[in-house]
Parts: sequence; structure tokens; C-alpha cells
Amino acid sequence: MANIQVDARGLNCPMPIVKTAQAIKTVASGDTVEVLATDAGSVKDFAAWAKTTGNPMVEQTTDGGVFRFVLRKK
Amino acid sequence: MDDSLNLVVFSGTDDKLQAVAVLTAGAAALGKKVNLFLQYWALDAFTKAKIDRDHGLAPEAGDEGRAAVDALAKAGQAPWAETLRQAKDLGEVDIQACSLSMDLLHLEEEDLDPLVDGVEGVTAFYLNAGEGQIVFI
Repeated sequence: MANIQVDARGLNCPMPIVKTAQAIKTVASGDTVEVLATDAGSVKDFAAWAKTTGNPMVEQTTDGGVFRFVLRKK
Repeated sequence: MDDSLNLVVFSGTDDKLQAVAVLTAGAAALGKKVNLFLQYWALDAFTKAKIDRDHGLAPEAGDEGRAAVDALAKAGQAPWAETLRQAKDLGEVDIQACSLSMDLLHLEEEDLDPLVDGVEGVTAFYLNAGEGQIVFI
């Protein structure tokens, strides 16, 4: 189970990333954030965000147009 | 400072300001420092009197563009000013008014929305931008 969840379904770019960046500030190192998003750009955006910020993506799944990402705070 | 994003914001239509807000929020989420330098019609859109008004769209939008932008707003896209407020909460975003444009539009600092952090000249903008990218919108 992730430590915190971000429901960004229905939000346009860049709000899924903005809300995730806000959420990751609130958790401790090693904690995870689970994100649900429907924005078509989010697969590439979350990969880029994880790479740039150094908070690794530990899970990524897709279910009927909903993308799910789990990121671990570095 | 080399990793900063520096936007010279000239245009005052809602579509271009929305693009500015998206670029700013995305960069802030990546931990980049963002400097906005507001000139001309963009500065006019950041006044207390006008920030919440309809600022129209670029001419190339046409009727179809207007309908597309309205549909996104109806679907819940935040107005650009709200996206910029969130970007400022999230990261290091500094919004400065161009002093020449302040004179052009006969504005005083108290006329500006609180989103604007201050007034500076172009030299200060370049100094703060350092080696970072500069984009004109």
C-alpha cells in the first residue's frame, strides 16, 4: 500500500505532476505516492519527472485509460 | 542557477498566458527555478483590475479555437492565474514586472496582483537568468 494517494483523473497537464510534486513533499524518504491519471502525456511526463527529481518509479500500470504510477521518495 | 527557466511574457491573451502557466508549473514540479518577466500586454493582464477578466485569445485561434479553449475550461482546467499560484506554492517562482512596461501602462506597484513579486529592469532579469534558458512568449 502506498503511503499517500493522488487522484489526478480528469486533470490536464501539468496538474497531475504538480499535485504529485506537492504530495511527495509531505511524505518521508522511502515512502511511496500512488497516482491515478488520465492525461495522455502522463506516461512520459511521470517517467521524466522521476528521472529528473531522482524519486524512482516503482510501479506503473494501465487500466482502461487510467494510468497508475507508484513513486518512492528518495 | 544554470538550470533555471526564464520566460519573457509579452502577450496578454488567455491562451498564451495558459501556456506560460503550464510551462511554469511543470518546471516548478521538476525543481527548476522559474523567473517570469512581464512586459506590455502580459503585464496589463496581471493588474488587480484585470487578472480575472477574459483576455481573449490569439487571432489564430478563431471560432474553433475559442470553442476548444472553452471546452477545456468547462471540463475543469484551472485558469492560468490559479495554475501560477499553485506553481508558486510548489517551487521557486519569481514574477517581476518590467519597469518600462509599468511606465508605458501608467501602473504603480499597488495596481498589480499579489502574484507579482516586484518591479525590475531588463538588466536585473538577465542577471537573475544567468546561464539559464530564456524563452519569449
